[in-house]
Amino acid sequence: MKKLKYALFTGCTAKQSTPEQYMSTFAVAEKLGIELVELVEASCCGASHLQDYDDFLSLVLNARNIAYAEKHGLTMVTICNTCQLNTAMTKHRLDNNSELKEKVNEKLKEVGLEYKGTSNIIHFLYAIIDDIGLDKIKEMVVTPLSQFNIAPFYGCHNIRPSELQNESHKTAENPYNPRSLDDLIIACGGNSVDYVEKNKCCGFHVELQAPHTSAVLSGKAVAGAMDNNADWMVTPCPLCHLKLDTQTNHLSEAIGREIALPVLHMQQMLGLALGCSNEQLGFKHHIEKVNFI
Amino acid sequence: MSTHTITTQQVNFKVFRFNASEDYLPYYENYTMEVTSEEVVLDILNRIKWELDGSFSYRRSCRHGICGACAIKVNGRSTLACKERMNDMIELFGNELTIEPLSIKRAVKDMIIDKGDFWQKHDAIHPYLISDVQEHPEHEHLVTPKEAEELLEADLCIQCGACHYACPVVEVNSDFFGPAAFAKAYRFEADVRDDAHHERLQELHKEKQGLWDCVKCFECAEACPKDVNPIDKITKLHQMLFSEGVATSNVATRHAVAFKNSIAKFGVLDEGGMILYSEGTSIVKHIPLAIKMFTKGKIVPPWGITKSENLDEIKKLVASSSTAKF
Ligand code: SF4
Ligand code: SF4
Ligand code: SF4
Ligand code: SF4
Ligand code: FES
Repeated sequence: MKKLKYALFTGCTAKQSTPEQYMSTFAVAEKLGIELVELVEASCCGASHLQDYDDFLSLVLNARNIAYAEKHGLTMVTICNTCQLNTAMTKHRLDNNSELKEKVNEKLKEVGLEYKGTSNIIHFLYAIIDDIGLDKIKEMVVTPLSQFNIAPFYGCHNIRPSELQNESHKTAENPYNPRSLDDLIIACGGNSVDYVEKNKCCGFHVELQAPHTSAVLSGKAVAGAMDNNADWMVTPCPLCHLKLDTQTNHLSEAIGREIALPVLHMQQMLGLALGCSNEQLGFKHHIEKVNFI
Repeated sequence: MSTHTITTQQVNFKVFRFNASEDYLPYYENYTMEVTSEEVVLDILNRIKWELDGSFSYRRSCRHGICGACAIKVNGRSTLACKERMNDMIELFGNELTIEPLSIKRAVKDMIIDKGDFWQKHDAIHPYLISDVQEHPEHEHLVTPKEAEELLEADLCIQCGACHYACPVVEVNSDFFGPAAFAKAYRFEADVRDDAHHERLQELHKEKQGLWDCVKCFECAEACPKDVNPIDKITKLHQMLFSEGVATSNVATRHAVAFKNSIAKFGVLDEGGMILYSEGTSIVKHIPLAIKMFTKGKIVPPWGITKSENLDEIKKLVASSSTAKF
């Protein structure tokens, strides 16, 4: 098989508040035989907040990021749900509106770039499922996670809006009954935990303006996982991770009940199963202690 | 031409039952039925009532996906019962289907809910054209096709409530207007004939109604049977607040603007700086968490941020492509 090679859009979070996710992405890629070319030129995707303020600017900036992946002739892989949403949304809008594409390209021309629409944009979770396959991943597992009940937390911006999301990957996902992360847990040998909140929102995007709403949503998610006997949670989104891992005291207060669980990034879970070291997976950066390793 | 063959398969239904005037708690009734490939969800509701239990209650009227009365949930997914094909439901969820009202906590009888909060929010945004109409106008009030397009099909809403009761913020914050009301507000904001543009926007900007409290989960977009895409309209309203100069400085508007400032400076987001700019002096409440995160290597100070390479390109584009001011 030809070596897999992707252009990696890290987003901002992985390089600041979730360094463990950045490290574990590279550790896991190496185990899986994936080469990652980091898009060091990329800017922030705007996180759907710049989009509230200046739609056109956010399109231009995201188109620039994609243009760099296109220059490498590579598929762009994201490791943040919200990056995936905003980048894929940009691609969708430009590919379906030649007038808009032209307007954006007029701007990009000023810096010698062009958006063509030649690179696919896919979240790492779906990239490995599509391009490596769950069976192959299962074969590569050296430390099955069989003693763990693992609660998947999908995060909205990987599964909704489903029409957009399903454009980027082969494995169609039903946002009301998502499977990808459950299947990855099972491929790693773990037991996937079913609970109502697994495909719900964690409230990250209103943390500043509506802290109570935000904390209730995350709090319910952790509580739902605990009530269904999860040992820990796993998520493909660093923003969800920040909500679920870093402020369990706020979440507990908001829902009136003591809650806390270790929360792993999908890369860390995969890394554990594939035999990466604890140092490579950056567990020391967690706020909720990862107490089982 | 392929001939159309009708197939049947067995489906187990778990159906929510509750009568607020008699039952202390709701319960679920199980029915096993043969379902044909011709049927829609409403056919199943009808057959439960007509063949199995005459007391089973639900709303329906038009049977054409127009009146919005029949919205319910199948396996947690909002759906118009008269429009949704059973085959598609079976394909999505398999042969075990759970039928529930849009909102369990608002259930009155089986599928029938009290939609009072929905209508109250709907009315509050002044869902009608406000305009000085001349009694004897000299010519028609023309709307060009291009102007009509600006509504972005927000006028297709049938007030079924599917989005409203799929919205997690509606569940948590009873002041939140909800996706349908905001989509409706946009429908009139975008109408060239409306004169209340500014006033309505100003009202929407009031914090307790929560135009800025939408968590951007896209549940409403997913739920809407008419592809109204309410979250898209909420985004448009946010942009309008800025473009019309209605946006005043609050933590949410500063948060949106902070992204541009940070990108112009670093290319990437300066996460700490963004929170500082958004919160102003309220930053103190974040300090305990910040200390915790700092000790775990989760906070990068401004001087430690890895700026985007070719930052000059980004700066140039921010300067040339910005369309909004604050
Ligand atoms: S969502 Fe982020 S803030 Fe977040 S990483 Fe994407 S680019 Fe930036
Ligand atoms: S914060 Fe909510 S909207 Fe954002 S990715 Fe996490 S779950 Fe989705
Ligand atoms: S996107 Fe906003 S309005 Fe729509 S369901 Fe989510 S929180 Fe509610
Ligand atoms: S926006 Fe769509 S889901 Fe919401 S009330 Fe209108 S038609 Fe129903
Ligand atoms: S019965 Fe009118 S929309 Fe279904």
